[in-house]
Amino acid sequence: MSVTSETLAPPAALRPLAWLRKNLFSNWFNALLTIFSLVFLYFALVSIVRWVFFTADWSPVTIAPLLFLIGQYPRDQLWRPALSMLMCVFLIGLSWAIWERYVKAFAIFLGVLLGVLALIPLETPTITLGVRAVFLACPVLIYLGFWIGRRLEVKGKYIVTLWLLASVLITLVLLPGIRSIPGLPAVPTTAWGGLLVTLLLAVGGIVLSFPIGVLLALGRRSSLPVVKLFSILFIEVVRGVPLVTILFMFSIILALFLPAESRIDRLLRALIAMVVFSAAYTAENVRGGLQAIPEGQVEAAKALGLSSFHITFFIVLPQALRLVIPNIVGQFISLFKDTTLVVIVGINDLLGIGNAVLNLRPEFVRLQMEVYLFIAIIFWIFSYFMSYASLELEKALGVGER
Amino acid sequence: MTEESQKREPIIVCNEVHKWYGNFHALRGISLEVYPREVIVIFGPSGSGKSTFIRTLNRLEEHQRGTIIVDGIELSHDVRNVEAVRMETGMVFQQFNLFPHLTVMQNITLAPIWVRKWPKDQAEQVATELLERVGIPEQADKYPGQLSGGQQQRVAIARALAMQPHIMLFDEPTSALDPEMIKEVLDVMVELAKSGMTIVAVTHEMGFARAVADRMIFFDKGEIVEQGTPHQIFHDPQNDRTKLFLSQILHH
Repeated sequence: MSVTSETLAPPAALRPLAWLRKNLFSNWFNALLTIFSLVFLYFALVSIVRWVFFTADWSPVTIAPLLFLIGQYPRDQLWRPALSMLMCVFLIGLSWAIWERYVKAFAIFLGVLLGVLALIPLETPTITLGVRAVFLACPVLIYLGFWIGRRLEVKGKYIVTLWLLASVLITLVLLPGIRSIPGLPAVPTTAWGGLLVTLLLAVGGIVLSFPIGVLLALGRRSSLPVVKLFSILFIEVVRGVPLVTILFMFSIILALFLPAESRIDRLLRALIAMVVFSAAYTAENVRGGLQAIPEGQVEAAKALGLSSFHITFFIVLPQALRLVIPNIVGQFISLFKDTTLVVIVGINDLLGIGNAVLNLRPEFVRLQMEVYLFIAIIFWIFSYFMSYASLELEKALGVGER
Repeated sequence: MTEESQKREPIIVCNEVHKWYGNFHALRGISLEVYPREVIVIFGPSGSGKSTFIRTLNRLEEHQRGTIIVDGIELSHDVRNVEAVRMETGMVFQQFNLFPHLTVMQNITLAPIWVRKWPKDQAEQVATELLERVGIPEQADKYPGQLSGGQQQRVAIARALAMQPHIMLFDEPTSALDPEMIKEVLDVMVELAKSGMTIVAVTHEMGFARAVADRMIFFDKGEIVEQGTPHQIFHDPQNDRTKLFLSQILHH
């Protein structure tokens, strides 16, 4: 072997003991810190475990799990939210088959969680065998969706279409009911509550505000003065007002001015307020992305003879949106958490139900910690999977970075 | 210019073209005729207006006085005219300006599919042939960011050619390239010139000018100072500014 072809091997990875010595016990101060941290961690863990399993009283959560899920939705109409849930988890399974990177972790987590919930031995009369069967069907349906999606190689656009159809069916027909259809008595949205309402507001707010925000961002850069002025006014006015104020305006003040018979549904008014609020912020985020696209991109597209419509939707917007994915997802996560503000206009979202449950019995009043912690964990789970998907999306789109 | 091209109708006619940026008079009455199959090299010091001028030819810059007629269509405020001219002229930029979110194949086929309304198969077949012509058929599925500068500029040329233009405009196509990549781009341009394409190129690659230019045009301070065949310009420049500039770029 010649000298030049000899290569220096990379330093070998440290063995566990050597690693410990190098990183945690390199000198007496580090050793002291390590020991102190270990002791602290031990006591923290022990007290957390002790509190969760022995001290804490989870009865407000376990006594009425359905309340947290769907609020006061009539219990004799349970099949409707149940069917909605089954449709959604099936579609989540389908989505997993094609957008594995983003959905897989959430789909598996959801399946396992619902499966465990179905089998957990809870002594509550509201959790009937039927409810357990629905929960148990969820992991099955998720996997079935995944299997079908893989087997038939369903295209993304069909899954998106299915999601849209399902959303319309669930939110406009199945849950509110239609008077003319027997067996689907109307259920006013005042009876809806819990996670159902939180998810409706969040998903509805995100899905509806995104295209509006993009259009506003484009409008703000438009050469048509009227469009431009309207966009600027809308964005600046909405951004200058707190969400609470917008909620109040849409929920109360608007109702005062409109005649009683043309009154828009209360939940819908809250949703419109969320959409309006979120669209203005989306617009500003997207505008940031639009401004970052070099002029040369537009010039090259013009030189090829592309129309301004094509330039916007094929060249500028795709690149601009990619740049602002982290900001937009961050904004959607905060919108998701902001849905809790609808409590102040009397809508019983997840947090509202939590407050209601605390007032259910006198002995529950001191159990705020348990209830709020439970709600916080639910919010954290959804937020975590959103930001997880966004990170994956950024990685996937990084391929073509300049 | 050959006898034959003299007799033909010019494909580009510029008459007394003026342009101002604010108070700065960037183009001061440019008149120029370009004949089909002619190769024109425009050179001159930076800030002389040569880039501005070539960009007025497909209206990336608007001229404010005078007329420009390209392929029989006058460039005016009429958007249809402008889009028609842009369909007939391909442009290659100093900074390549490839679309980074699209593959090489998509970069090339986008305009033929959406502007020329070709079916996807046809557009991809033409793109494959063009990639072979510029010497990088194996890069079709990569993204621009994965290519070297010279490869990117060759893709940019293929992208412009995919629209089957009658005229190609080059705006300093090799100025942003590393020295070892300039040749691969120039080779493509020489081949293109020899194939009979009408070319207007802003460039300081004097080797390219010597090899294929029919006419060289020296720009300074927004005016055409001097024009002639490469032989005239290199061996017998008439104007002092031309002489000075050539001496600066030819003998460092």
